[in-house]
Formats: sequence, C-alpha cells, structure tokens
Amino acid sequence: MSMLDVDVRGTAGALSIDVAFRAGAAPLLLVGPNGAGKTSVLMLILGALAPDRGRVSLDGAALYDRDARIDVPLERRRIGFVPQRYALFPHLDVLGNVAYGVPAPARAERDRRAREALAELDVAALAARRPAQLSGGEMQRVALARALAGRPRALLMDEPLAALDVSVRRDVRRFLADRLRALAMPTVLVTHDVADAEALDGDLVVIEGGAVVQRGRLADLAARPQTDFVRQFVAGRSRPSP
Amino acid sequence: MPEQVTDTPPPRAWRDRLVAIAWPAALGSLSGALLLLVLLPIAGLLFTSSPGRLLRGLADPLVAPAIRLTIVTTIASLGLIVVCGTPLAWVIARRRNRLWRVLETVIQLPVVLPPAVAGVALLLAFGRRGLLGPGLAVFGVGLPFSTAAVVLAQSFVAAPFYVQAAVAAFRRLDADLVLVARTLGASWPRVFFTVAVPLSWPALAGGAALSWARALGEFGATLMFAGNLTGRTQTLPLTIYTALESDLQTAQSLSIVLVAVAFALLVAIRAGARR
Repeated sequence: MSMLDVDVRGTAGALSIDVAFRAGAAPLLLVGPNGAGKTSVLMLILGALAPDRGRVSLDGAALYDRDARIDVPLERRRIGFVPQRYALFPHLDVLGNVAYGVPAPARAERDRRAREALAELDVAALAARRPAQLSGGEMQRVALARALAGRPRALLMDEPLAALDVSVRRDVRRFLADRLRALAMPTVLVTHDVADAEALDGDLVVIEGGAVVQRGRLADLAARPQTDFVRQFVAGRSRPSP
Repeated sequence: MPEQVTDTPPPRAWRDRLVAIAWPAALGSLSGALLLLVLLPIAGLLFTSSPGRLLRGLADPLVAPAIRLTIVTTIASLGLIVVCGTPLAWVIARRRNRLWRVLETVIQLPVVLPPAVAGVALLLAFGRRGLLGPGLAVFGVGLPFSTAAVVLAQSFVAAPFYVQAAVAAFRRLDADLVLVARTLGASWPRVFFTVAVPLSWPALAGGAALSWARALGEFGATLMFAGNLTGRTQTLPLTIYTALESDLQTAQSLSIVLVAVAFALLVAIRAGARR
C-alpha cells in the first residue's frame, strides 16, 4: 500500500506552516477555516510551493527534502490534482483534456487510455463535448478522469464538491466516496463540509493558522472538539441514520 | 409650515429649465464638433475625386515599388515582433519583481515617444556613429538607409502594441490551468505552446493587428533613420509625402488605400474582441 508523508515546519511564501500527516488507503481530509493554509498544504505536496523546512515523501522516497536538497519538479511528481473549479482546458474537448496527461508518445495510445479513464468514471459518452457544455457533476468526473489517466501515485482534491449545486452534491459525494475507496491510492481532500467527512469516511486533519490543531476520525472530533472551529464543524453533522 | 412643503421656490424651477435645454445642447455641440473634426478630413479624402482619377493616381511609377516594399517590411516587422514579443510578454506576465515592472514600462515608451525622437534614437543606436555602428561596420553592415532600417524603425514603434496585448492576455490566464497542466507532466515549453498561446490566441491576434497597423503607418522614424529611397526605404506613407510635392492625386489615391486597409483592420479587431 502506498503512503504519502508530509512533515513541514517552516514558512512557505507569507504563511508559516506546521503540518505533519500520513495519507494511505483511506482518504485524508484537510479541514479548517478560510485562510488556514489548507490549499497551501496541497501546493506544498504538488511542488508549487517550497517550504524553508520540511519533507514530503511518497512510499519513503523524497519528493521534497530541504536538508537533502531534493525538490522533484512538480511536472515529475506524478500527483493527480483536481482544483476547486476543475480547471478543464476550455480549448480542448473532453477527450483532449483527459489525454493531455497520458505519458504516451503515440496519439492513438493516449486517446485509448483517455477513453479508458473516462469509461472508468462512466463518462465515456462525453468524449467529444467541450467543457462549457458539461454540468458541474460531469466536469468533476472529467477532471478526476484527467487527473487519474496518467496513473498518478497520489491524488489531491481542493474542495471537490464546493462548486456544485446543493441538489447534486449528495449523489456526487456518494460516487466520489465509492471511487476513492476503489482506487485505494493516497488521497488528500480539502473540504468545508462535514457531510464530505461523513461520506468519505477518512481521517481528518484540522488546520488553523497554518498548524494542525486536532486530528482523528469524525467521531473522535465530535466527542472531544478542541477548538471553536471543530465544535462548529461537527455541529453540522446529520442525525445518525437508524 | 405646510405651505413651505408644497411651494417649490421659483429660482429652482428656472434653473431646472435652463439645465434641461443647455445640457443636451452642450453635449450635442461639443461631441458634434469633435466628430466633424474626424469625419471631415475622411470625407475630403473620399469625395474630392472621381474613381477614374483615383485609379490614374495609382498608376504613378512610385506606387508599385512602394506597395511591394511596404508589404515586405511590415510582414518582416510583424514577424520579428511576434516571434520575440510573445516570449517577452510571457516573461513579463509571470515575473513580479521590480526589474521586470520597470522593463514593462520601458517597452511601452515608443507609444508616447515622438516619431522624430525615435528616428534620432535609432540613428544613435545603429547609425555609423551610434552605439552599435562601429561594431556593425566591422561585419560590413551599414543599417541606416537600408530596407533593414525600415524594418527596425517599424518594429521599434509597433512592438509595444503587441507586447502590451500579449502581457494582458497572459496575465488573464487562469493560474489553475497552468498548475494543472504541470501536474499532468507538462514542461514549461509545453504549457506555453499548448495552454497559454492557444487560450490567448484572440488577444494575440488583436495585438498583432494593431501592431501591423502601426507599422504600416510608420513615417517619421523611417524617414530619419532609413531615408526616402524608392524601392529600398520608401514605404507607402513616405510615398504619399513625396507625391504630395508633385501629384496630389497620387497622394490622395494612396491615402484612400491606407484608410481602407486601416478601417478593415479596425473592424476585424473589434469583431475579434467581441468573440
């Protein structure tokens, strides 16, 4: 089983970060108030931000290690990323979007693997569409297919459900939970919504002011909330179903 | 007290009536004056001749070489501007330190510089006694009064229009698209050619059209730096200037050609901007 280890204590840009966690088979959920540094942590893992102290590694091999002067360029880290608004390339059709990240020299091979990735997410029929013609839920599946088509070693998602209408969120959330369980790849998600934490059933890491203030399963957080933010976050839980 | 509420004071009503008359009158006469200032000369160009005389004007022996030279030099200038200006704009758009901000301002300077100043500046840089003159002379290259000088003068004055449009387009590019492309394994050159340029294409084309129009009209810097030699440095604007001394008809015919080209470009740019 793959493991993504993050241990960063230092400043990255203007933000001071003190975050350590390990993501494995179960999704890891980063929660915290706005401006707490959740997205910055994703950027550190991707390699878009370099902290002045810290280490990020995948299966023990360093992607970033300040002391050992290792900094694998982000285009070679092979970490799939789904940003909040999905960032589909508007000038390419769905197939072109998904094929973009397939590392194969031949066009036919890239397209074949892109179609495979689309089929795995039940959106093969959208291949010829343009991103502007997709619904929010479809965009999310295409963005996920694009992130996965190159067979990444880990997956990061920044508020994958925030851009969706409330009416479709529940279905997309269930779909995403099933997929992530099937993938069993180190996955880090940023979320604002306690319903995501309930459905995705992962470990939570609460970040406030750039530092981890609490971690554990949702039930642990609910039983002993350490901060006001955690108290408010768990208060949004749905009633336990009978 | 109630009569104070219902009674409108008379001076107020008088002023309202004056404003109701004077404001539209002022708007109409002032904007009409400026519109006339622009439209009358165009009308003068178009309506003071006949189609037959206009065609005869174009038969002047100066015209054919000037058209050929203008097409060749403006295409060369535009090529130079696009090939070098696109990477420059990319760098300016992505660097946020002070040096690049200063360079961004400097590259815009030719827009506000008087063309005569541009001509002197080009002579002092590439002329026989300019900064690079002696160095160029070693290789047997004399730039002033050559077709290459025309291209340099046009590029100097026209480049800012393209670079400015390209910088603005690259800055508008969604940063997430660039980030995602890189997480998908794309190198910087691949991001540039497959994401940045295709998405900025309409703005780049608009900037190129503006730049070309500016190069097409270049007169002052060309006259001073490249001279006025038929077939070598005499572009259409210089031909108009030369013809004016002998045959007003030729000057007018060529002017109408340039107006038509400029108007077509303007319409195309505006149509492109709306898309």
